Amino acid sequence: MTDPTQYRPLTPGTQPPYDAPGYLGTIKRHPKQKPHPLPHTITETTGPSFSASHFPPLADLTKTGDKPALGERIIVAGRITDEDGRPVPHTMVEIWQANATGRYDHPADQHDAPLDPNFHGAGRVFTDADGRYRFLTIRPGAYPWPNHRNAWRPNHIHYSYFGPAFATRLVTQMYFPGDPLLAFDPIFHAVPDEHARNRLIAAFDLDITEPDFALGYRFDVVLRGRGATPMEE
Amino acid sequence: MPSATASQTIGPYWHLLEDPSWADLTRFGAQGERITLTGAVLDGDGKPCSDACVEIWQSDPPVSDSFPGFGRSNTDADGKYRFTTVKPGPVPGRGNAQQAPHIAICILSRGLMRALVTRAYFHGEKLNATDPLLLSIEEPARRSTLIARPAGDAAWRMDVRLQGDGETVFLDV
Repeated sequence: MTDPTQYRPLTPGTQPPYDAPGYLGTIKRHPKQKPHPLPHTITETTGPSFSASHFPPLADLTKTGDKPALGERIIVAGRITDEDGRPVPHTMVEIWQANATGRYDHPADQHDAPLDPNFHGAGRVFTDADGRYRFLTIRPGAYPWPNHRNAWRPNHIHYSYFGPAFATRLVTQMYFPGDPLLAFDPIFHAVPDEHARNRLIAAFDLDITEPDFALGYRFDVVLRGRGATPMEE
Repeated sequence: MPSATASQTIGPYWHLLEDPSWADLTRFGAQGERITLTGAVLDGDGKPCSDACVEIWQSDPPVSDSFPGFGRSNTDADGKYRFTTVKPGPVPGRGNAQQAPHIAICILSRGLMRALVTRAYFHGEKLNATDPLLLSIEEPARRSTLIARPAGDAAWRMDVRLQGDGETVFLDV
């Protein structure tokens, strides 16, 4: 049997370390031992394929209650490609987020900001044949967290991607351009490479914006590619 | 070409996504030997991680309409995850090697900036003695962190220690 083609190693500096001391939660949860190398086998090069019949999509997070959700409607859309620029089609994209006041509809969130009975804050779509996805949601609010004195998370939307293989699984967060809180956020700054970090910031996009309806933001994501690294030009 | 997008922590509120039925991989009527796989996720002080997202993936039995191959479980107040699935058989490894039956595990949680990947093998499987990954881990005590133990009728248990004494072997995939 032919060996499966390996997914390429992640580019040094572009991923956060497990030990990110500015983010206190990592102190007791990061492994001390180096990860053990595992050449990819069929277990790593295959992955779940989700069908929309078993996993129903929900692209509009603003109309899950009796009334429209409160806050600034926004469209977040983008394209998922691999490191070779090829689209990642028909893959599941999940998002979850705080509401407009900066409160999650979650029992563990005790922040003293109002819940919106018409906003739960979770969605799921599948990319099209060209790797594109789109959600309609509410711009999430900033909220305090107990990491350090006067710590506030920048506005963000959590994203989960699968891609074609167990080795392409990615969970990340999308931030908003111009957010003054980004400068102080240890989770954002855990990514060492500045360029890689800034790619987590969505771009305002007038083409995604719909007239008289909602501002649009573009958040494109790259999942790992297979085989040898392409030659630099 | 740009490199893969940076990971960020899943945080404590990922349950907004959760559908608890996903922890049962037999829910679509899968055939085969039904088992449970449970265990506690523990931090460097041995305290339970009660807000983790544990995902499993198995390349055997093959994915079909009745078997998704993928599951997701929360961890409870004791840090315990729990899956119901079909016991995997051996799968091909690299070269002519055979891999012992195993389930791939992905742990995402608050305090983890990236996913941690490990595997659960099954105590008593003959192929464990020749499995390429298990053989590549020299210390027996480290190797044993990847072996689920029998915990009753068709029940298997593998705890995951994120840090310190008995730290689970995590895989660079």
